[in-house]
Amino acid sequence: MNIKVNENWECVDKESTLFYIKEKYHKDSDVCILNGYPINDDKKLKDKDEVVFIKKGQIPTMDELESLLVARHTPGVHSKVKKAVIGIAGLGGLGSNIAISLARVGVGKLVIVDFDVVEPSNLNRQQYFIKDIGKYKVHALKEILLNINPFIEIEEKVELIREDNIQSLFKDVDIIIEAFDNPISKASLSTKVLTSMREKYLIASSGMAGYYDSNLIKTRKINSKFYICGDEENEAKEGQGLMATRVSICANHMANIAIRIILGEEGEIDNG
Amino acid sequence: MIVNGKEMEKDNLTNLSSLLEKLNIKEDRVVVELNKNIIDKSQFSTTNLEHSDILEIIAFVGGG
Repeated sequence: MNIKVNENWECVDKESTLFYIKEKYHKDSDVCILNGYPINDDKKLKDKDEVVFIKKGQIPTMDELESLLVARHTPGVHSKVKKAVIGIAGLGGLGSNIAISLARVGVGKLVIVDFDVVEPSNLNRQQYFIKDIGKYKVHALKEILLNINPFIEIEEKVELIREDNIQSLFKDVDIIIEAFDNPISKASLSTKVLTSMREKYLIASSGMAGYYDSNLIKTRKINSKFYICGDEENEAKEGQGLMATRVSICANHMANIAIRIILGEEGEIDNG
Repeated sequence: MIVNGKEMEKDNLTNLSSLLEKLNIKEDRVVVELNKNIIDKSQFSTTNLEHSDILEIIAFVGGG
């Protein structure tokens, strides 16, 4: 039978067990992951099983790293997400969190766009560091993303997104994620995408300020190409700030619906 | 009319702008889907309402 061992297909005896394969190929490893789940006890393997052995504390070679990065993914997910291209409009509390989750999942290409630089008040919810203050967000975030997953492609653009440049900025993406702060910008980008870029999916956001109940934040499908995430009520305003906890909940609602779209859980998608 | 899944009397509402005004929603912060078509805000005042209309109105609030 054939099993995948750290990303290489090996032809092995049909009576092989997990520990037998470990002894044969990765004797000194500490972690055994079978089909996305860590296993401590020996177990008989079956044809097409995927096993990954990891030696803790050891930095793998670049060739090995990508397969180890995705060892805990549900089998079959990585090859699909690797083909996807996602555009993120705005790299604040939502955008920076969304980009990091999508990079960890291994989305093949991210187009990240923002005109602004990192300033100290961003650090209460945005995924930047003190050392990033003064840098353009796209540059700071690209560095962070490639430190997490060097196997994805990042296209970064320092630009103010307007109705007249959205189409060229995001022409190559499958899904556009609106991650702005300003409600007028949210509405205008959404309307433009929905009327002029109808082949794209749009994931927009509304309502994640304060420290209200986490469970008020939802993902709502408006039509086959348009989703909105948030509580659709609680706005950032004087006396009501934005906090890391709720902003990141909303951001990950957005990242997760993007993954569901790519994996075909929300209907058909043609991602080539 | 059906607005965001709920029945609403059309009464004397003539166009989309009058509906948004009645609902106290600012025109520049909204996405309007009328009978499955997205309407640009430049068309709100000239898009007339019918009794049979089904509308989805997404009013954005700030924060991100």
